[in-house]
Amino acid sequence: MNFGRVLGTVVCTLRVPSFRGHRLLLVQPTDTAGTDQGRALVAVDLVSSATGQRVFFVRGREAANALPDPDNPADAAIVGIVDAATERPLGS
Amino acid sequence: MFLARVVGEVVATIKHRELAAQKLLLVRGVQPDGTPSGRLAIALDSVSAGTSDLVLVVDEGNAAAQVLRRGRGAVRTVIVGVVDEVSTS
Repeated sequence: MNFGRVLGTVVCTLRVPSFRGHRLLLVQPTDTAGTDQGRALVAVDLVSSATGQRVFFVRGREAANALPDPDNPADAAIVGIVDAATERPLGS
Repeated sequence: MFLARVVGEVVATIKHRELAAQKLLLVRGVQPDGTPSGRLAIALDSVSAGTSDLVLVVDEGNAAAQVLRRGRGAVRTVIVGVVDEVSTS
């Protein structure tokens, strides 16, 4: 699982039936401090997160498994909202 | 699997039900000599690891499911061992 920040919402009227009832959010992967890391992606939101919130998401088959019906094509899913995260530098 | 150093923890009140009551630790991948490799991940802890421990981490769903003794689900990153020693010849 990795940290991300919700950038916004993606709306698709036409979509696969297994995505019905789920929100799609644009997520920017970040490090612990919130600095951007890599390309933004679209993830299924499973925790009612809001734009600007710091979240964590899972990629791959496990994202699809996170939905109530695992028979869906999701490859990223937001599975938690970060309250606090601390990272101590290595070697300290 | 990869070698990593536990560098912190993550607190999340709102999270997927499969993550409920599980300790979430922040792990930073390291090279065999201990230098950081840059890979940062949030992992479930199955071995009561602590901060600054050198650990073994799996990032694959089947492995995670087996360790957690449950069916395939939403979890793929799990700490599966605390490393005592790494030796390279």
